[in-house]
Amino acid sequence: MSLLNSILEQLINGLRTGSIYALIAIGYTMVYGIAKMINFAHGDIIMVGAYALYVYSSILKLPLVAAIILTVVTCSVLGIITEKIAYKPLRNAPSLAVLITAIGMSFLLQNVALLIFKATPIPFASVVNVSGIRLGSLYLSGTTLVTLGVTVIAMVALTLFVNKTKAGRAMRAVSEDRGAAELMGISVNATISLTFAIGSGLAAVAGILYISQYETLMPTLGALPGIKAFVAAVLGGIGSIPGAMFGGIILGIIESLSKAYISTQLSDAIVYGVLVVVLLVKPSGLLGKLKIEKV
Amino acid sequence: MKKFGKFMVSAVAATLVVSSLTGCGSKEDETEAPTETSAETDDASVETNEEETTTSGETAEFLIGGTGPLTGPNASYGTSVKQGAEIAIQEINNAGGVTVGDTTYTLALAFEDDEATEDKAIQAYNTLMDQGIQVLMGGTTSGATIAITDLTAEDGILQITPSGSAPECIQYDNAFRICFSDPEQGTAMADYAVDVLGYTKVAVIYDNASDYSAGIAEAFEEEIAAKGGEVVASESFTTGDTDFNTQLTKIKGTDAEVIFIPAYYQDVTYITKQASDMGMELPFIGSDGWDGVLATVSDPATVEGAIFASPFCAAVDDPNVVAFVEAYEAAYSATPDQFAADAYDAIYTIKAAMEQAGSTESEDLIAAMTEITVNGLTGESITFSAEGAPNKEIKYVEIKDGQYQYVEE
Repeated sequence: MSLLNSILEQLINGLRTGSIYALIAIGYTMVYGIAKMINFAHGDIIMVGAYALYVYSSILKLPLVAAIILTVVTCSVLGIITEKIAYKPLRNAPSLAVLITAIGMSFLLQNVALLIFKATPIPFASVVNVSGIRLGSLYLSGTTLVTLGVTVIAMVALTLFVNKTKAGRAMRAVSEDRGAAELMGISVNATISLTFAIGSGLAAVAGILYISQYETLMPTLGALPGIKAFVAAVLGGIGSIPGAMFGGIILGIIESLSKAYISTQLSDAIVYGVLVVVLLVKPSGLLGKLKIEKV
Repeated sequence: MKKFGKFMVSAVAATLVVSSLTGCGSKEDETEAPTETSAETDDASVETNEEETTTSGETAEFLIGGTGPLTGPNASYGTSVKQGAEIAIQEINNAGGVTVGDTTYTLALAFEDDEATEDKAIQAYNTLMDQGIQVLMGGTTSGATIAITDLTAEDGILQITPSGSAPECIQYDNAFRICFSDPEQGTAMADYAVDVLGYTKVAVIYDNASDYSAGIAEAFEEEIAAKGGEVVASESFTTGDTDFNTQLTKIKGTDAEVIFIPAYYQDVTYITKQASDMGMELPFIGSDGWDGVLATVSDPATVEGAIFASPFCAAVDDPNVVAFVEAYEAAYSATPDQFAADAYDAIYTIKAAMEQAGSTESEDLIAAMTEITVNGLTGESITFSAEGAPNKEIKYVEIKDGQYQYVEE
């Protein structure tokens, strides 16, 4: 019983970490699908989300719901502004230039946070006040329940939005063929802005969940989950939204199980090893579609 | 071969020139610090007037060298050591200095940055010797301290490291240490857990990328086994990790009665919070790295009841500690940590050795080291063994009602 129980608990740990990776990975994958660029500043949006929540709820003492909504809005607006300032002028530039700009943006966000909030970690109590539940010998903490719940809701809502609404259809059209979409009367600029807004909004949600779990604010807190989520997006097939969700959760579970049953030190190596194997066997990722580059 | 030899000679010569140049450069950079200015200017006068002053029974200056990282990722350690030593020196000088025979010495500190690296430590030590230091209070980190022990032993100078906790730091007869060694701390915590707290099944979470954490954990596990207890889980992590759910889940599946975490306070913050999230109610014990944890936890209840070994705790209500903390905060607007307290005690140890020896020669000071008793911040009645290890009571701090408190013996 004990072994089964412990495996189940490790699976839940993996599911919780994986949910956060998945929420972040969606942002990477959506932006890649539409703007054909890797937005390396995306991880730092999580950090901005965590600090924004701290400012709204802890410093300005706003009610929790207002603070959460404002946090998501702040990150969405930040996402749009980043795109307008840093990426839009480079839309026809070589992809290397865009990549380096994204890395520069990431450093900018981190260092602005460092300037404002200083390097000393700030303790910030979890905003999640849900008590855990006990299922037999399994214990699910409040944070876990909320994390899983919010992730499922966000994923269902996003899937419905992309598949059932006009704006969602416009997004898919732009990602398929930007030129043709423009000729069909779709505003490419508005669609790209919307994509950045949604991706950054989800990153804000991930930031809120992340900070509820770890309770320590640091200017670099977004870097590692950002990289892991990027790996998750590639694993699932970059450009594919279900792929990002799936990739994130798989990554979280592999990480948790290898830490628990193989080695704490090797867990990252195993995660990246799985990525290498998947890419060797299926270069477009688990759920990605292989596209033939037209010359 | 001959050519190579020639090349080596010129390379060494070039290095020497460069190092002496950089030595001068850094000296000039640092002349803004008041203590160092005085150390340098008076240094010459000590040399020239020594005979005169000792015979006339007037005052003279005693120059103490210090090394430690003032820049780089470990800068906080060296800064604390330098500042803690400065507080002690100021106190001693304000109280009239150190009387040895007919002469009253005022103390001065010359501190060189070693960036916690071996090669910089050797450079820093050579620079200090050129300035004419009479004893060395350093290094601050274990690796850098070990790098200069050969040189100090050769020069026969008294070396007291405030915080080099690796056993090799005091391998020669001229070297002494103020802090506990890592294995000592692990052993002491194991004894405490079994003998005083009565636990027999323990779990350990340690950072295996840190010599400090791994060193304590290893000694702890050995001692627990020797005491007839059982280590039911030994989980490791890597410096910078934030997620400990996996390790905690594994411990949860065992029948551990207590969790031992030999780590720094930021790691402890994550571990204790995640344990409480998982509904774990096991008590925690820890190492001196726990000092500072109350400032980083969001809810003190997560560490309530935890007990850790600590040579020094700034928040403890002890008159000597309070006076030191006040002086330190007034001078540097920062709370002193154990590194500052170790350095403070190191300076008082040097003072005691001077008084006991009745001399300022290192040879006499080293001989006097085993005869002195120092009442310091990090321990009452500290004595030193000929091997260089301090003999002091290890203190335990308990977190009670969200406050640090020494455990009543």
